[in-house]
Amino acid sequence: MTLSFPAAPLATVVGPMFAAATIAAVVLASTTGEVLTAAAMKSIGDLDIIRAKSGMKGAIRAVLTSPLFFVGVFFLAGAFFSLLFALNHLNLSLVAPASASLTLVTNAAAGKIFLKENVDGRRWAAAGLVCIGVYLLAH
Amino acid sequence: MAQHRLLPRQYLILGLVAVCAPLGDSCLARGMTAIPSISLAHPCALWGALVAAVFTPWIAAGIVLLIGFFASYLTALSWADLTFVLPATAIGNVIVELLSKFWLHETISLERWAGVVLITFGVAFVAQGPALTERPAPTDEKVRLGEPVATEAQPR
Repeated sequence: MTLSFPAAPLATVVGPMFAAATIAAVVLASTTGEVLTAAAMKSIGDLDIIRAKSGMKGAIRAVLTSPLFFVGVFFLAGAFFSLLFALNHLNLSLVAPASASLTLVTNAAAGKIFLKENVDGRRWAAAGLVCIGVYLLAH
Repeated sequence: MAQHRLLPRQYLILGLVAVCAPLGDSCLARGMTAIPSISLAHPCALWGALVAAVFTPWIAAGIVLLIGFFASYLTALSWADLTFVLPATAIGNVIVELLSKFWLHETISLERWAGVVLITFGVAFVAQGPALTERPAPTDEKVRLGEPVATEAQPR
């Protein structure tokens, strides 16, 4: 078996529900990974300060001894493999812009809900503008 | 409420996040298209092909850039909000688009220019605000490294 690009559009082969579920899996795994990684880094503290006190080894040790960091990386890896699965069944022109732009919005919502970040109108506007912009660039 | 402003060095970190990810992806894409098709039929051959691919210049450069991206990204998340870092570093897409236009002389459609403008406005929006959500300072000042902290890093 050799890796090759399909000759016909795959999105026409699979149904819209399958496409939506596949993209949702990518977005969900990516958002979970990003939020958990961000939570881990916040719990560790400012890496610049840690590096100033304990050196580069201390900063690396602080990151690598955080279980939450590895859970986040696990979900980011899951997002990567979900993306590969999605690309195996759907068109790149659908998966790439949809997942990249939707992730920005879901991250804003997850940041507000789970990380208690102050997502004000400015950040919602930025997330919305970047979301549409990334979609236009990647489409 | 005092706004958390970034230092020039922290802007440099955000710049590295923005630039390293798209450049790393581009290097990997260029390197992977340059090597012969990889067959999944023979796992040993697959493993050998992947190991050989890692040592090609473009793929090695891509891996180094992506490691740099992840290190910078983690550093940025340690002193800035996720909802600040993600939109702010989207400017990397604009940089790649401009490079492809003026360096590689590719044709950029009107739709993609509209994307560039929207991302630029979005980054400008978020960059004018605070990078970190203000939280009450902890009462216990003996915060040790590696333990959860409820406060943000102060600008130095």
